[in-house]
Amino acid sequence: MIRLPEPKHEVLARRDAIVAGLRALLPESGLIAEPLRLKPYETDGLSAYRQVPMAVALPETTEQVAAVLGFCHANGVRVVPRGAGTSLSGGALPMADAVVVGLMRMNRILDIDYADRCATVQAGVTNIGITNAVSDNGFFYAPDPSSQLACMIGGNVNMNSGGAHCLKYGVTANNLLGLKIVTIDGEILDIGGAHLDAAGYDWLGLLTGSEGMLAVVTEVTVRILRSPEGARAMLAAFRSNEVAGACVDSIIGSGIIPVALEFMDRPAIHACEAFAHAGYPLDAEAMLIIEVEGSVTEQDDLLARLSAICNQHDPISLKVSQSAEESAAIWKGRKGAFGAIGRISPDYLCMDGTIPTSRLPDVLRRIQEMSDSYGLKVANIFHAGDGNLHPLIMFDANDPASFHKAETFGADILRLCVEVGGCLTGEHGVGVEKRDLMPVQFAAHELEQQRRIKTAFDPDWLLNPSKVFPLVEPEPVPLAA
Amino acid sequence: MIPTAEEAAIASSVLTASRAGEPLLIQGNGTKSGMLRPVQSARVLSTRDYAGITLYAPKELILTARAGTPLPEIEAALAEKGQHLIAEPPDLAAIFGQTGRPQTIGGVAAANLSGPRRVAWGATRDHVMGIRAVTGRGEVIHSGGRVLKNVTGLDLCKLFTGSHGTLGVITEVTLKVLPAPETTGSVMLTGLEPEAAVAALSAALGSPFGVSAAAWLPREAAGAIPALAAVAGTVTLARIEDFAASVAYRTDRLRGLLGHGGEILDDATSRAVWRAIGNVEPLLAAKDDAVWRVSVRPSRGPGALRAVIRATGARGFLDWGGGLIWIAGPANEETHGAVCAAANEAGGTWTLMRAPDALRGAVSVVPEEAPPLARITQRVKAAFDPAGILNPGRVHAGV
Repeated sequence: MIRLPEPKHEVLARRDAIVAGLRALLPESGLIAEPLRLKPYETDGLSAYRQVPMAVALPETTEQVAAVLGFCHANGVRVVPRGAGTSLSGGALPMADAVVVGLMRMNRILDIDYADRCATVQAGVTNIGITNAVSDNGFFYAPDPSSQLACMIGGNVNMNSGGAHCLKYGVTANNLLGLKIVTIDGEILDIGGAHLDAAGYDWLGLLTGSEGMLAVVTEVTVRILRSPEGARAMLAAFRSNEVAGACVDSIIGSGIIPVALEFMDRPAIHACEAFAHAGYPLDAEAMLIIEVEGSVTEQDDLLARLSAICNQHDPISLKVSQSAEESAAIWKGRKGAFGAIGRISPDYLCMDGTIPTSRLPDVLRRIQEMSDSYGLKVANIFHAGDGNLHPLIMFDANDPASFHKAETFGADILRLCVEVGGCLTGEHGVGVEKRDLMPVQFAAHELEQQRRIKTAFDPDWLLNPSKVFPLVEPEPVPLAA
Repeated sequence: MIPTAEEAAIASSVLTASRAGEPLLIQGNGTKSGMLRPVQSARVLSTRDYAGITLYAPKELILTARAGTPLPEIEAALAEKGQHLIAEPPDLAAIFGQTGRPQTIGGVAAANLSGPRRVAWGATRDHVMGIRAVTGRGEVIHSGGRVLKNVTGLDLCKLFTGSHGTLGVITEVTLKVLPAPETTGSVMLTGLEPEAAVAALSAALGSPFGVSAAAWLPREAAGAIPALAAVAGTVTLARIEDFAASVAYRTDRLRGLLGHGGEILDDATSRAVWRAIGNVEPLLAAKDDAVWRVSVRPSRGPGALRAVIRATGARGFLDWGGGLIWIAGPANEETHGAVCAAANEAGGTWTLMRAPDALRGAVSVVPEEAPPLARITQRVKAAFDPAGILNPGRVHAGV
């Protein structure tokens, strides 16, 4: 179980004054402090953990965010930034003495510039909202996390979100140009802009993925890309995880970088097929969904090359889509994977580690052994091109022992990811979920160095302080300025 | 020169210097020592002897090399497996002169150098997946790893990349690499003014054809590239890299889209021209000239370049679809002021890449940060290098 830090009792004791002070800084209805109305903010996508915050602030402008942060700073109040609350790692889990700063009312698209291929939006615009705003002109915003209908760009920046198409288009960090941020002392700063590669330290890169610990992001300038002429998918099914893994190696070795290369193991195939009736091969041990882009002729050429490669690995079946409808059918099962697992098991943990792709068969074998020994079922979905593994561990939330076992199983998988040369999280972030595993990947002095950076931005550790780093009272670090 | 064939030796040298409060000039082969501000230091710590590729997994698109590994050695290892460095880092000997030694991967990372492909495929910093470094405390730390997707902890890979040795001595770099294209081709338009050129390049980069580089050269700059010596006017170029059939198809469609009677450059010509552009050879910087690099939103590139030319008589050309302006001109504060003013006016950023010590020691070589951010810079620097011994003053005076 994950521990939250002790609330600051001197802050809780001043609750009414703090609420009144914040209310004065925000528009009517911009401050929530009634217990019933605080309830929806008690958790995020990691719903096993819940904590009602002291208050929720819903600013509508960057200046209001600055006023709220300045007030919290002056009063020693902790702040938990929040977008749509879709974090799977508990990145937006509140604390009893904290003010949640929700960015959802900052949901305007401020500027779209097709000639310079960028858009500036407020932090509360949804990921899909950016693509929807530019798709009529043939453009899109590339990172596509599974939660893209709901998740907000400010949260994407803080977690450095990925998606199924990262292999070609990169993650959030690779698709940003600029940020407007508010520091904990209420200063508003512009980082980067509409141009590439600002001189000086790469604050844009450091802030991306900093999980709300360094600053609150209020505006984001993203790169928008022109959509390709078209895209088409194929499906290849294999006799074993080893053979499917070898096929992935052959594809990458051929010089083709598909726009997506998704791997599903037998339990995932069965769950998705039962749910979506996508026509997945139930006799397969592993399956690949491969997507290519370009003109119809180019798609034909690439799919022919890929089919030839797959055929060298003795596939059980091979289905090359002939149309957008057939491509959609191939994707249907994969995109419904979470719903599918949810039908088999009402509760599941979606894990997120990365491994060197060459270790996939070995890792899947060991996950299966763990599954047998814990007595919990697991299905594996894998962004095969970039090594990002999502084991879905099924458990029964009505049985505390089952949940505890699932958490321990998940932690074992993540340790295994690090052991084989990978990492604890590929795209979900550390949050509270993986916080206590950080010493598996980092030595004590390395964590201390990362904490010093947090201290440089937030000397009093008020911004999302219980996330990412194992709980210890930070040692006071002398500041240069 | 401090001997540094082992990471532990680098760490102990830094620790000793830190205790003594003795500044160190951190470098690889020193090919870019003329960049930014001069470092006042009696001693040099070079990573050149800590060299070698320690991991190359072509099927995992990952390569790890020690900081002192010469870039050409990495490029050759990749080429042998049909792969390449995504950000196309340039060789800036045309600006900084020949030192007789190649640049190192540590230097490329420390300076975050990227070539023409940056506009479409990201900068060097986008492809640094893992890093090891010795901090100013003499501690070896790592960030990232040897996988392509990793959000575990703060991203120090990006913080170190482009920090010019001021936060730590980079000892090892892990890069994402990609298959090299089977062939390349470019559409060339001639005789366009920069405004019309950037409009064409924006159309090219905003097309579905996967343009991987886009530049505009004034006539004398184009004339400096042997393959373009016969061209009589300005040159506007957009590159496609892919399988041969796709390059043929896409360059043809792109030529139709752009109009202006474009012609198509073949693979060999295209490669030679883009190598020259990436290496900034067309800038024709005279021996006494200073050199600036300005980055603005692409549509503001032509105006910013014109403003500098009008004020100072400097020269320049445009890469990155118009967003990157290379400028060469008189090495004095007036010209520097004009470049900074033009970049600021366009909402962009600037770097004084090369200048005599008297100028680069006297002026800011990158924009001053807003005071709250400058305070964070000071604190982050102190967090990594409390004694202030690593390349002090290289980027900002006093940092």
